[in-house]
Amino acid sequence: MANPIDQFKIQPLVPLNVGGLDISFTNSAAMMVLSIGLITLFLTLSVRSRALVPGRWQSMAEIFYEFIAGMLRDNVGSEGRKYFPFIFTLFMFVLFGNVLGMIPFPVIGFTYTSHVIVTFAMALVVFTGVTIIGFARHGTHYLRMFFPEGAPIATAVILIPIELISYFSRPFSLAVRLFANMTVGHIILKVMGGFVVSLGAFYLVPGVVPFAFLSAITVLEFGIALLQAYVFTILSCIYLHDAIHMH
Amino acid sequence: MPQFDPTFFAPQLFWLLLTFVTLYVLMNTVALPKIGAVLEERQRKIDDNLDKAAHLKAEAEAAVAAYERALSESRAHAHAVIKEASDRLAHEADERNRALAARLAEQIKAGEVRINQAKTEALANVRDVAADVAGSIVARLVGSDADAGRLQTAVASALEEHGK
Repeated sequence: MANPIDQFKIQPLVPLNVGGLDISFTNSAAMMVLSIGLITLFLTLSVRSRALVPGRWQSMAEIFYEFIAGMLRDNVGSEGRKYFPFIFTLFMFVLFGNVLGMIPFPVIGFTYTSHVIVTFAMALVVFTGVTIIGFARHGTHYLRMFFPEGAPIATAVILIPIELISYFSRPFSLAVRLFANMTVGHIILKVMGGFVVSLGAFYLVPGVVPFAFLSAITVLEFGIALLQAYVFTILSCIYLHDAIHMH
Repeated sequence: MPQFDPTFFAPQLFWLLLTFVTLYVLMNTVALPKIGAVLEERQRKIDDNLDKAAHLKAEAEAAVAAYERALSESRAHAHAVIKEASDRLAHEADERNRALAARLAEQIKAGEVRINQAKTEALANVRDVAADVAGSIVARLVGSDADAGRLQTAVASALEEHGK
């Protein structure tokens, strides 16, 4: 039985080294390239006919567009309009990473959202961007985030550390939530798959039980793949709302 | 866990940056404007059609109102014409009735006068005839003509005796 951790191993497909920096084209990079290729093809080919009454593919592209536009409008308001391309890119990139990770492609089959460095980089970009937007819009008044107006001055001792911790833990919670969900889900799938093979090889009936469980878990994992992409995006929207409107 | 092995942090970050920025540029310049344009066009067309529908509805309502106004106007006009005509006719009939009655009354009066004349004439004739008859009768009975003066008086007294 293969080690369930092996699926997260990065394998360099084309070793590259530019100026001492390792930029090897790995299975993870291949999945990222595949995903942005598929996203672009999907979103451009589907609206090529520009039909007034959309077909299936165009409907799907429009649903994605309106879903993210609606999320941004509900959570951030009209000021969020200019961040729409970024939020949309973020959602599609995470969503395709999660969903394509569920498909066992040969050689390059890999879930890049199960790598904490990837999710943390994205979370850090969101966090830094939101903080910059906050200070750019409100100046030093943005520090009010850590001590809300109208709170008794005596509570500052407790309130400010709590607010600081909650603010600075945002990128970690954002990154770890996605990474942990993906990692754990894939480990469970692998372990269950191992049970199906090892038990089913000896007896048919005991193999059926983990297979049924595996099927159920697979459905659940697809749900989690969609849900985590949604959660990552909506939390980014909420942080953006905080930066623009403050509390 | 391979996730915490820093060996591949550099290529991961490099390819993440490259693909994410590429995707952002592609979305921002190609895909999103296209989808947005399609949605906007549809919304515009829907709004256009709604506007047109509202316009047509208003036109239809105006036409109905004009039709009803014209209908009620012509109805009122017809009423007026009918009333005027019936008034005029009633007046004319009245006039004619009165004229006819007057003429008839005149004719009746003239008739009465003529009847009276005829009556007196007839009465005068009766006296002459009676005198003639009496004279003839006397002549036949007596054999000679009677005196005319006495005949006249006798007839007159006989007529008086019969109340004529």
